[in-house]
Amino acid sequence: MALLQISEPGQTAAPHQHKLAAGIDLGTTNSLVATVRSGLAETLPDEHGKHLLPSVVRYRLGLPPVVGEAAKAALTEDPHNTISSVKRFMGRGLADICKGCSCAEYEFAESDSSVPRIRTVAGDISPVEASAEILKALKARAETTLGGELTGVVITVPAYFDDAQRQATKDAAQLAGLNVLRLLNEPTAAAVAYGLDRESEGVHVVYDLGGGTFDISILRLNRGVFEVMSTAGNTALGGDDFDRVIAQWLAEQAGLGEEISVRKMRALRAEACRAKEALSDVESVDVSVAIKDGEVWRGELNREQLNVLIDPLIQKTLSPCRRALRDAGVALEEIEDVVMVGGSTRMPRVRELVGEFFDCEVLTDIDPDKVVAVGAAIQADVLVGNKPDDEMLLLDVIPLSLGIETMGGLVEKVIPRNATIPCAKAQDFTTFKDGQTALAVHVVQGERELVSDCRSLARFELRGIPPMAAGAARIRVTFQVDADGLLSVTAREQASGVESSVQVKPSYGLSDREIEQMLRDSMAHAEEDVAARSLREMQVEAKRAIEAVESALAVDADLLSEEERAQLDAAVVALRAEAEGDDHVKIKQAIEALNAASDDFAARRMDAGIKAAMAGHKLEEFT
Amino acid sequence: MQATDLTSSYFELFGLPVCFDIDTRALAERYRELQRVVHPDRFATAADAERRLSMQLATRVNEGFRTLKDPLARARYLLELKGVALDDADTRLDGGFLMQQMELRERMDAVKGSADAGQRLHELHGDIRQLERQLVDELATLFADGSPQALRQARDASRKLQFFHRLGEELAQLDDELAGS
Repeated sequence: MALLQISEPGQTAAPHQHKLAAGIDLGTTNSLVATVRSGLAETLPDEHGKHLLPSVVRYRLGLPPVVGEAAKAALTEDPHNTISSVKRFMGRGLADICKGCSCAEYEFAESDSSVPRIRTVAGDISPVEASAEILKALKARAETTLGGELTGVVITVPAYFDDAQRQATKDAAQLAGLNVLRLLNEPTAAAVAYGLDRESEGVHVVYDLGGGTFDISILRLNRGVFEVMSTAGNTALGGDDFDRVIAQWLAEQAGLGEEISVRKMRALRAEACRAKEALSDVESVDVSVAIKDGEVWRGELNREQLNVLIDPLIQKTLSPCRRALRDAGVALEEIEDVVMVGGSTRMPRVRELVGEFFDCEVLTDIDPDKVVAVGAAIQADVLVGNKPDDEMLLLDVIPLSLGIETMGGLVEKVIPRNATIPCAKAQDFTTFKDGQTALAVHVVQGERELVSDCRSLARFELRGIPPMAAGAARIRVTFQVDADGLLSVTAREQASGVESSVQVKPSYGLSDREIEQMLRDSMAHAEEDVAARSLREMQVEAKRAIEAVESALAVDADLLSEEERAQLDAAVVALRAEAEGDDHVKIKQAIEALNAASDDFAARRMDAGIKAAMAGHKLEEFT
Repeated sequence: MQATDLTSSYFELFGLPVCFDIDTRALAERYRELQRVVHPDRFATAADAERRLSMQLATRVNEGFRTLKDPLARARYLLELKGVALDDADTRLDGGFLMQQMELRERMDAVKGSADAGQRLHELHGDIRQLERQLVDELATLFADGSPQALRQARDASRKLQFFHRLGEELAQLDDELAGS
């Protein structure tokens, strides 16, 4: 007889209890958090009623960092300790940052880590840490508003973010103590927010020009399934660049020389941004620049002049559009409409040129600043299980090809761009010398033929290959890209069956050790006990594992024999007992035991689900 | 058939008859139906075992869809299932075909720097598509025949298709270059 389950009061969630989930748009300029309440997805305001949180972090000596409006206000006055547009630095090396000409604004610390660190009064800060501060602020806002801990979040990233940039985003979430359900591509989130699936089948384009990044995605919609056909973009092109060219023009007009201080440059940018935004509503705007000793230059910027300045930048967004169209194999006539996303699409000139290019209607009904967060909230609500009957499914793609370095510094493509994720590819390698026991593999991402023109993702070494004659070993390396677009690598020597150890050294990412250190540091500040946090996290994990098995049992218990059921129940009981204790290692072991006990059950459930889905077709074929 | 059995063929996975001339509409529909069941988004809060399995299966469903929807990949996969060796190192093809390839390449080289590059590229692209379609029709006939000789011819035809495929990729790159300049 199966064990009768009696849960402790308040311990087990009722099957359809609403779980708290949120969507987070971690933007270059502004960030937002949104959630679904009473069936409605909406962004959450702070205590002053403001929805947008400026993505600015100010570090202070001996005090916790400040995030948002207060930090933004200090941008000009305390430029070196106030970090803005940190998204541009995520997953990037110092050389990339300097190429983007924004390194002059900050002082970067010398370090042997591949991750650049900005020198502030509060110490050297990595972009991941600064992003984590923004995420923490949004987490606190959501939890205060919703009155409870978040079960999970969906964080959006530019579709064109590469592996290093995605990993950095996930690391930041981990530092902020968030459970990431999914990294979602921003254009896909926008398509979800527009509810395009319900109204219109067919091909749609999402044009997303934000503060620092540009994405274009082409989607086919079919009864709740959002199938991304292709994506393209530029992760270093956005409203910031518009501000920069306007600021340069202002500097020229005002007769400022080549040497402009960081402080003055920040002031110029702020004035440029103000003028740009104003010109979305009016034809011309007065501008002024402080020159020196209280002397002020005054002038005027009109739309015509603005267009001359920004047209080249808008043109730069159109070649990715062409490529995405070609990769999707879609003709212009097939496109129903273009969804406009990102604050920069407020500019009339952007709307005009994009509408001309795609020759169709441009959709702007939802606030372009909020649309991504709203879409992420809808997806989070589905993923967390609040809508068990929802038909929505997002099928996204990997934006850039993955490859490995071969002889002569050439790239061999392993997974092509725009492959639907999750995806995997196995590649066989062999040894080059007799008795060789190790092999180095260099993974890169990009479309170019030369390794030096692609982005280096990681280098790893396969060790422990049994000594054999040259060319005799068969090492199968499997590249797996998960639903977040993140790569993992496993390797196995085929002849001997030896599982080679893979040591991945991210080229521009933080190592696990560095992340752990950051966690420790942040806790030291918060005076939180490291051990207590580990225990609490493991208990949450245990609760999650038990809930997952119980909800599976509630639906498919009939797939198990009585004996199997008893084993599974016993593993649940054992885990529940360990979770009461205070040994996080034992809890972890009990979770692993429960996972092992539910392996077969998982496979059977999956088979049953597939059979049910395909049942109709089988009949029609065999009768 | 156990869908979680990773050794079954893609045709079985999608419940389609093993042939070249497949119903692409049915394929796309079943692809979506399968992903609705196996996709990791359905298991975001599930136990580790289910999450792992879901990723494996969704990966396989994606790979199967990618293979079956593209005529070249489908032809190669079918040949593999039928035990016809595809030696990529062996590139012997009839002289007429190689001449045609050379001509197409010469036309491609002439696009760059010409005054009407866009128009030439467009025409070349159209011609290649036309030749590809002919090969795909040929493959359908050969696979329907199914005799050992027909399968050998199908192998050659799929090799030819591969040439066009590469040409198409280079054309796309050229298109990018032209757009960039």
